[in-house]
Amino acid sequence: MQGESLGFIFLNAAVVNNFVLALFLGICPFLGVSAKKETAWNMGLATLFVMLVSSVSAYGINWLLTELDLMFLRLICYIAVIASAVQLVEMFIKKFSPSLFRSLGIFLPLITTNCAILGLALFQTAKEYDFLQSVVYALGAGVGFTLALLLMSGLREKLELAEVPAVSQGAAMSLMLAGLLSLAFMGFAGLGGSHG
Amino acid sequence: MTTLRHQQEKLGLDTFLRGLWEENPVFVMLLGMCPVLAVTNSTMNAIAMGLATTFVLVASSGLISLLRNLIPKQVRIASYIVIIATFVTVVDYAIQAISLDLYNALGAFIQLIVANCVILGRAEAYASKQRLHTTLVNSLGMGAGFTVALLALGTVREVLGNGTLLGFQVMPANFEPWVVMILPPGGFFVLGSWLLLFAYIRQRQDQRVLEKGGVSDAR
Repeated sequence: MQGESLGFIFLNAAVVNNFVLALFLGICPFLGVSAKKETAWNMGLATLFVMLVSSVSAYGINWLLTELDLMFLRLICYIAVIASAVQLVEMFIKKFSPSLFRSLGIFLPLITTNCAILGLALFQTAKEYDFLQSVVYALGAGVGFTLALLLMSGLREKLELAEVPAVSQGAAMSLMLAGLLSLAFMGFAGLGGSHG
Repeated sequence: MTTLRHQQEKLGLDTFLRGLWEENPVFVMLLGMCPVLAVTNSTMNAIAMGLATTFVLVASSGLISLLRNLIPKQVRIASYIVIIATFVTVVDYAIQAISLDLYNALGAFIQLIVANCVILGRAEAYASKQRLHTTLVNSLGMGAGFTVALLALGTVREVLGNGTLLGFQVMPANFEPWVVMILPPGGFFVLGSWLLLFAYIRQRQDQRVLEKGGVSDAR
């Protein structure tokens, strides 16, 4: 898909095929750290950074493995690169903001198993994006992830004040909210291209 | 070394059953939600995804359990991920060889089994401490629990969203399919409803236990 313009790729990744609400990638952090707006914002930024790093690395690795004809190693290489990128971010945050490090808690190392990031690397390979397109795609995906997280945390902060039946408190209610949010995002479907 | 040894669990029926209900990875622990929501728009996809995940789970847990005394503690997560990724690559090529249609329907989600937290969670919490046979039984139970959860979503979504079950028409001809059920929001709604149902059942159970306790105290 050489013909896709950069703006289209960005919009497509950020809203039309939002990674969280339309493609179901990265649901765990989406439900796990969306209780407070500030944490959600920081988590979104950390994920965005890891996405950019792993997208660039994945592009390089894919090129190298194609040259060497070692395509079956792709998955293993991708996940190894993502794990190192996460480690990098973890050390960085721990050094510069210990309080943020504590508030993100277990979800920081878990970015490694955030399927949004591995999914991003796999999709950009499948779509045969060139270097610039890959970077824009990663940026769009990261912005979309942050957007979904922020919207969800805003809704959940309001939900704290609402009285819901005791039995539906917690995960069930969050999922219903996510469903409504996802329904709203389907309205963007007319804007862009096909699924994926 | 003895202080580092963990309590070895005895093999029993409970080792297997725990994954199905008490510690169901999806409904209780809320792990591995992404494939649960993404590939359950038809029953067939749900079954295939469940089986693929179970295979990776059992195989990688078994290997990790065998190697548990060889893997250095500092690099254990990285080692686990490489082991898991290897098995996922095997499954990926196997499904591609068996059914290309299925492979296209599941898309990137087969390769994304690597990032399924159920598997890494099992490796870290169970396989790295327990002997081979209990690990195999336990991860088989977890895999079964995961598959059951996928089926629970897949059947409801396919019947309501398409009027079919495994491709056969089950709803009357004048049934208007709820298209939203096979679209992304439907996944959230159905999973939310299941969680609501289980929360309700659990609440009832707790109440009953509480009432019984009260009666015996009075006597």
